[in-house]
Amino acid sequence: MSTQELSKRGAVWLDALTYSAPLQAGYPPSVRVVDARLGEHPARFIAVVPDPDNAFPRARSGEVGLIEGWEIARAVREVIDADAGREDHDKRAIVAVIDVASQAYGRREEAYGIHQALAGAADAYASARLAGHPVIGLIVGRAMSGAFLAHGYQANRLIALADSQVMVHAMGKESAARVTLRSVADLEAFTARVPPMAYDIDNYASLGLLWKLLSVRNADAPNGADQSAVEKALQEAFDEIRADPSRGLGSRLGSAHRASSVTVRRKLREQWR
Amino acid sequence: MDTQALLERQSFIELDARSRAKQLLDAGTFSELLDPFERVRSPWLARQGIVTQADDGTVVARGELDGQPAVVLAIDAGFQGGSMGEVSAAKIAGSLELAAEDNRNGIPMRAVILFETGGVRLQEANLGLAAIAEIHAAIVDLRRYQPVIGITAGPIGCYGGMSIAAGLCSYLIATREARLGLNGPTVIEQEAGIAEFDSRARPMIWSFTGGEQRHRTGLVDVYAADDAGAIRAAVIERFRAGRPEACRSECVAGFLQRLAEVDPEAQVTPQQAAAIYSKGFRS
Repeated sequence: MSTQELSKRGAVWLDALTYSAPLQAGYPPSVRVVDARLGEHPARFIAVVPDPDNAFPRARSGEVGLIEGWEIARAVREVIDADAGREDHDKRAIVAVIDVASQAYGRREEAYGIHQALAGAADAYASARLAGHPVIGLIVGRAMSGAFLAHGYQANRLIALADSQVMVHAMGKESAARVTLRSVADLEAFTARVPPMAYDIDNYASLGLLWKLLSVRNADAPNGADQSAVEKALQEAFDEIRADPSRGLGSRLGSAHRASSVTVRRKLREQWR
Repeated sequence: MDTQALLERQSFIELDARSRAKQLLDAGTFSELLDPFERVRSPWLARQGIVTQADDGTVVARGELDGQPAVVLAIDAGFQGGSMGEVSAAKIAGSLELAAEDNRNGIPMRAVILFETGGVRLQEANLGLAAIAEIHAAIVDLRRYQPVIGITAGPIGCYGGMSIAAGLCSYLIATREARLGLNGPTVIEQEAGIAEFDSRARPMIWSFTGGEQRHRTGLVDVYAADDAGAIRAAVIERFRAGRPEACRSECVAGFLQRLAEVDPEAQVTPQQAAAIYSKGFRS
């Protein structure tokens, strides 16, 4: 990962969607927080971006580390607290702009409980959703593993750009091969036959977890049409969330590839009493 | 512990998932949902030439705990490293969702999760990850009504996305044998190099992520002996205590305050982590 060029996508899309509105002060360079609008509605946009000068050496390439997890949590909880007295239809939207390489892998991270930092972030997004805030996850680059669990996976609706650099996965290929005692070539052969193992966004879309997969011309440097398309999708997602009485994640269960997830829930309900 | 007490003690770690659930619940109240005879297996493993298991490695046990309705979700360390596939994770998420629904209908259903898991089952990668997000969602929902108690006893411990789930629980109980951490030692070594983390250095691994250190650093609430009776007593005591004022994952300002005391340039020792984190996270 360290040899890869640092991704600018999170920063680029955050800036485009907020019309270069100023960053909220008081956050570290790796967590960008912008208060702007989603159509006519006020919204908070949050992105985790690479910071080559991050004090934690293992979190310099856009990973979600200790500080990033807890700062995401703070950014989300500020909105929850500020809007606590408002009616549901008045609660601000929260948009997670997602381009996260991974969680941070390091000794310091484990020592200071990075699992707890990511729980802080996931908790904040889930609590915002339960409190009635429309939460939308917009995947513009990588959405990897624990980083995605902390930043975006708790959203009411997920949108992804249809682009070869957009990917969702539980673990990088080399590590996944090592842990499952396979070669990378074997792993890749299986991904062709087993959709949940694939790394590309089209296979991911087949799992029914995305609300929408959006084609754009240039995911690295969006043109006007790209930006409009994403803004329109965000607005539609917002409207759909507002119209949906459920505050859970049930809208992700519709795909044939999740038939077992549905079967398990149905049987549990039958046997529950 | 004297010899007689040692002989009379029922080890928790040595029990399989089903027996652990039985030991925790009030005697005679255990009943299993979606048991192995239902044969709801992983639809993804067979096509990769991997033998499936009839319960997919998760036991859903309904019964009573301290006379109150309860569900115990016990992960089987013996199947695929306790990893979360589509089915095993859906059994946990679906049960927690029903428990929250019960509470909304006036039934005080409680949940205990026995974390013995490496996290996502990589052979079902994205469906495991998605289902873990659903477990997270369900814990945060249910926790609003009743404490959700997590236990990690060992030998596997609790890793990956499920360590985040543990971090969302109202209370956590761990033994000395257990480890709790986001990234498994092998993966850290693969990603960051052997100087950062040597996956064969067992004492080093336990010194940072073992149950005793996690208790010392305030990342688990109860450090328990490997004794089924003692663990059941700790669970009952926490349920009687009720929901905590704030869950650990809600202590945002407190953790940021402690992390500001860390010198991120220097490599860390277990003593340093304990010195800073033992001050607590209430801000």
